[in-house]
Amino acid sequence: MARRPAPPLPSALKAPPPRPGEGNGPLSPVEQAKEAGITVVDWVDERTSLSGAARWLMFRKVPKGTNWYYTLGSATLFAFLSQAVTGVFLAMFYRPDAAGGAYESIRHITDDVFLGQFVRGMHLWGASVMVVLVFLHMGRTFLFGAYKYPRELNWVIGVVLLILTMVMALTGYLLPFDQRAYWATIVANNITATGPLVGPYLGDFLRSGPEFTATTLSRFYAIHMLLVPGAIAALIGAHLYLVTKLGTTAPPWSKVDRRPELSETEV
Amino acid sequence: MANKRAKQKSKYTLDRGIPGAFEGETVTRRRFMTGAAHSAGAVAAAAFTLPALGFAVGPIFKQERHSWEDIGPLEAFSENNYIPVVVTINPGVGEVGKTTAYVRKRNPAIDTDRYDSTTPYIAISTRCAHVGCPVRWIDAAERFVCPCHGGVYDLLGRRVSGPPVRPLDRFPTRVRAGRVQLYTGRFSVNSELRRFSPRDPGEPLDGIGQYLYPSRPSARIP
Ligand code: HEM
Ligand code: FES
Repeated sequence: MARRPAPPLPSALKAPPPRPGEGNGPLSPVEQAKEAGITVVDWVDERTSLSGAARWLMFRKVPKGTNWYYTLGSATLFAFLSQAVTGVFLAMFYRPDAAGGAYESIRHITDDVFLGQFVRGMHLWGASVMVVLVFLHMGRTFLFGAYKYPRELNWVIGVVLLILTMVMALTGYLLPFDQRAYWATIVANNITATGPLVGPYLGDFLRSGPEFTATTLSRFYAIHMLLVPGAIAALIGAHLYLVTKLGTTAPPWSKVDRRPELSETEV
Repeated sequence: MANKRAKQKSKYTLDRGIPGAFEGETVTRRRFMTGAAHSAGAVAAAAFTLPALGFAVGPIFKQERHSWEDIGPLEAFSENNYIPVVVTINPGVGEVGKTTAYVRKRNPAIDTDRYDSTTPYIAISTRCAHVGCPVRWIDAAERFVCPCHGGVYDLLGRRVSGPPVRPLDRFPTRVRAGRVQLYTGRFSVNSELRRFSPRDPGEPLDGIGQYLYPSRPSARIP
């Protein structure tokens, strides 16, 4: 890598050049730290060959005209990561107890726990942010025609991610277990049950029985904090693999480069 | 050429000229071991997947237990007006397991349906037949009114206006030793007030509805 020229220090402050035969002298602490870092990375890389994968993932060619709208997918990813982290810490205080404990534990988080209201607020507002971002990202890929060959599978994975995101929003809404949470879930569950033929059984599955009971809350909690986040994380992995593998689409308005030295007749 | 094809068709590995083949063997050991390893993997995966799946879907097939609950003396209820009672339909979950029912003594002048003449008291469930919000009895209007999307029902719980798809559900009642008892399992009715096993809200029971929304093993007619 090219180095910037050293700042013009007065000669009294400059380190004296090494004398002949002294080599480069002992390493300074900063240099030692750098050296140690490089050693660790080399050690891991020698045993895993991960640097190739990292380079493959990070130093990709992107089409001309790539713009801010291409960041919506990463924005969604960070919204998901934020939900995951804040969610894990909320789970340290939350109790899925339908007989009053759930509501009380949420009250405790909001009123008593240090930064509890803030972390809960991040998770609560972050949920809406993630839903909005997923839709914006989907709109971007649709309007840019990024769902076309060979990226159809990524669109399909995206649709599943969209559905799972909505499942997260639905199941998370019950957890505070206040009046709004309870009735919204009753309504959502009954809407599910209005699907013909399978609806009634789906409703029973979600509720874990014909009526809303304590099991309903634990079921929603398990779906919300274990089942769906795992599936979303795995699918994001597949989604990003395909993005890296196939590259991103050029914006629909970008013209094909007509440089004569690249056209076929010249080759 | 013809000879070679005949050789390949033989079911014995020895005839097919596979190295290390045994006399009378029809499957190579390599193929057998591959199959065995795959089967063992499938059995191991099924061993934890199937029980977990059954555990998760089990409640669909288990019938919910209900009981008779005392709701007051005979004189507590009149023929022409509803009295709200609070009953616990799901024990063990505190407030969440309770629901309100509106109860009135059966009045032969208005309760003329053929289907329900054995119920001495009419107990109307407050679960709206649209998507399940709690309805309220408005005395002056003689209507049940739903706060969510404006569903309105008449004195018998039949839909008058709004989005509900069938009348309000009911609870069975009986009289024991001078007290009124209510069975905590609902049943549903169609627009003629014919009894059906309990359905979730939003599932019509007239015409093709009763077939599109079949009764469930978890909730049977009491
Ligand atoms: C959890 C939700 C999601 C995450 C974290 C996510 C993440 C990403 C990321 C980081 C990219 C890279 C390029 C870009 O940002 O535009 C991408 C591309 C893509 N996404 Fe998503 N995505 C999600 C949901 C969806 C949905 C709902 C759809 C559509 C139904 C979708 C369809 C696509 C397609 C077709 C591409 C390729 C874009 C191109 O080639 O230009 N994704 N996604
Ligand atoms: S839930 Fe009663 S009208 Fe919609």
